[in-house]
Amino acid sequence: MEVGKSLIYYREIVNSLPKKIKILVAKPGLDAHDRGVHVLIRVFRDVGMEVIYSGILASVDQIVQTAIDEDVDIIALSSMNGAHMVHFPAVIEKLKSKGATDILVIGGGIIPEEDKPKLEAIGVTGNFNPGTPLEVIIRHIIERFVKEKLKLKDFNF
Amino acid sequence: MLIREYKLFKEFPKGYWKIKLKEIYEKRERISKLYNEEEIKRIKNEEEKWRKEIYEPWIKKSSERKSKFETASGIELKPVYTPYDVKHIDYLEDLNFPGCFPFTRGVYPSMYRGKLWTIRQFSGFGTPEDTNKRLKFLLEHGETGLSIAFDMPTLYGYDCDSPIAFGEVGKMGVSISTLKDMEILFKDIPLDQITTSMTINAPAVVIFAMYLALAEKQGIPFDKLGGTIQNDILKEYIAQKEWAYPPEVHLRIIRDIMEFCTKHVPKWNYISVSGYHIREAGANAIQELAFTLMDGFTYVELGISAGLDPNEFAQRISFFFNSTMDFFEEIAKFRAARRIWSKVLKERYGVTNPRALLLRFHTQTSGVSLTWQQPLNNIIRTTIEALAAVLGGTQSLHTNAYDEALCLPTEEAALVAVRTQQIIAYETNVDAVIDPLAGSYYVEWLTDRLEEEAYKYFDKIEELGGMVEAIKKGYPQREIIENSYKQALKVENKELIIVGVNEFINKEEKVMKIFRTDPNVEEIQKQRIEEVKRSRDNKKVKEALEEVRRAFLDPSINIVYPILKAVKAYATLQEIMDIGREIYGGWKEPDLL
Repeated sequence: MEVGKSLIYYREIVNSLPKKIKILVAKPGLDAHDRGVHVLIRVFRDVGMEVIYSGILASVDQIVQTAIDEDVDIIALSSMNGAHMVHFPAVIEKLKSKGATDILVIGGGIIPEEDKPKLEAIGVTGNFNPGTPLEVIIRHIIERFVKEKLKLKDFNF
Repeated sequence: MLIREYKLFKEFPKGYWKIKLKEIYEKRERISKLYNEEEIKRIKNEEEKWRKEIYEPWIKKSSERKSKFETASGIELKPVYTPYDVKHIDYLEDLNFPGCFPFTRGVYPSMYRGKLWTIRQFSGFGTPEDTNKRLKFLLEHGETGLSIAFDMPTLYGYDCDSPIAFGEVGKMGVSISTLKDMEILFKDIPLDQITTSMTINAPAVVIFAMYLALAEKQGIPFDKLGGTIQNDILKEYIAQKEWAYPPEVHLRIIRDIMEFCTKHVPKWNYISVSGYHIREAGANAIQELAFTLMDGFTYVELGISAGLDPNEFAQRISFFFNSTMDFFEEIAKFRAARRIWSKVLKERYGVTNPRALLLRFHTQTSGVSLTWQQPLNNIIRTTIEALAAVLGGTQSLHTNAYDEALCLPTEEAALVAVRTQQIIAYETNVDAVIDPLAGSYYVEWLTDRLEEEAYKYFDKIEELGGMVEAIKKGYPQREIIENSYKQALKVENKELIIVGVNEFINKEEKVMKIFRTDPNVEEIQKQRIEEVKRSRDNKKVKEALEEVRRAFLDPSINIVYPILKAVKAYATLQEIMDIGREIYGGWKEPDLL
């Protein structure tokens, strides 16, 4: 992957897309470590995405309902307290039961390497640890959005 | 009368911080008795000459690596400091001797020559049995005080069998729902021979009551108990975000704990005013210093408003700071904290008892500074941070384990963390001379500067109506978010280098062995609470909870007594906490973004 691009570069990319990326940043469960999501929310906005935040202590039901009501493209889940293997799959299950499987789910937090393939297998991608360059996270969102929501095959950036 | 109509705080005169700031600026114009005026002028002239004739031509030839050097909190730094920068500092007035007002050089006369800092490693996970085993492991390897980490449901005041606790039981700390769990947690640990620190805030009163009940069972009188409950709700709203009720409800409970401890548990630190979480949430050193001390002053005002004597109750307010990577700024922060606290307590709150002027503090090295990339580097980071805490005169210290960016510490990593402290304590000779960085032009200048910056924040917070109002308006929260955002961009743009993260990256990261809690914890704990509920005298529990309800409804009753009675009857944590939730509701933070 090409790295080293500035946030301004990504803003141009995002703004050039035919549809604005709408993302719900959510913190499921009893987890108040919100430093990272606060930074990400601002950075996502900086690059031109529309961002909704669940606030801390959101339940899985609340997160999925908000995502559906607000018609978001992506849910970005953050878990810093080791409960990702409980809450992330629960969000996926709930989306399925609500027939909202078109909503993409990405994850981040203190996620051990060995859990990542398990999360990928159910559709939670990214699973970024703290200290991941912001650029890597933004690229991942754009890539999934372009491929899976816009269904564009040859979009290089 | 409900707490909403109850006046917790009396009025304190406004404008104090503005006066102090004016004093600081006026003092800067003066030359202290230490220095000869002519010589100071000569130094200033020589510095200017050096700058023009030697330094600037030099950096013109070989330019400096950055256009601007600054501390981590953004204070711009000169290349060198001289007596001129500290010319206004008066030795006896501003520094004095260890154990003497204003305690800049340390709170005790002999510091580490007498007693080393306490090695106090924050630990807790899984069932109380699991944690009991880890505590004993740490004690066997030279830990000298206990520090308990509770799991998320406990921290929010929910039982392990609550639906909201699903998936979180025992994950980030030990699960405690009833006195039964507490009995197991401290099995074979005599509470009169060790001090215990408990990181518990929203439900602090319940967990503390369980500890007291356990002491009673071990036959230990309350006045022999030493230890700390964090019990600092203001920083929960600011940073850690683990509250149960609106601020006034928690503050009223804190007031009751202060009163109770002053009477019955005189050696207990009933509040540990914490900057640690404020810093971890994204604050810089100035913000950590200012918000923490302002929280502390608010608790002092709470106690005075309740009719308590600060000469007594202020003795048992302790502090908890972060130590992170800007070595000198951290040391200056610790020194400034002691000086500000004692000066303000003496001047503004009329404290005369020297013991009540001491800012005693615990330090933890920064979790945020650790990286999952190249995790062994974390040992070095922790060592530097720990050394700063020791040179800053800490009373106790937690060193993080190198694997903590990935998981709770393995036994191996936990041991390296303890050994780090022991190496500093026994091999470096830093214990011999007290406050060895005093007199460094840079450190003294920076200590003075941090003091000024803190006063600016105090003044701003007073203008917002005090800390409680500032929190309701989201002011400190937003300041922290802003700072962490700026810092994240600096890392992204490589203005700030983090080794292994944005520079000096290894292509391949070795996958580390990580620590996992037993997946059966939730089930074990659920079975235990069920058993407790079955075997206890439920009539007695119901009566005790009724008394707790009456106290929640009437702020003139001290709530600690009925809660103590309830936990002794094996009422659960959540049964007690829910009463407050039913009456007062929870708390929704202001919109911050």
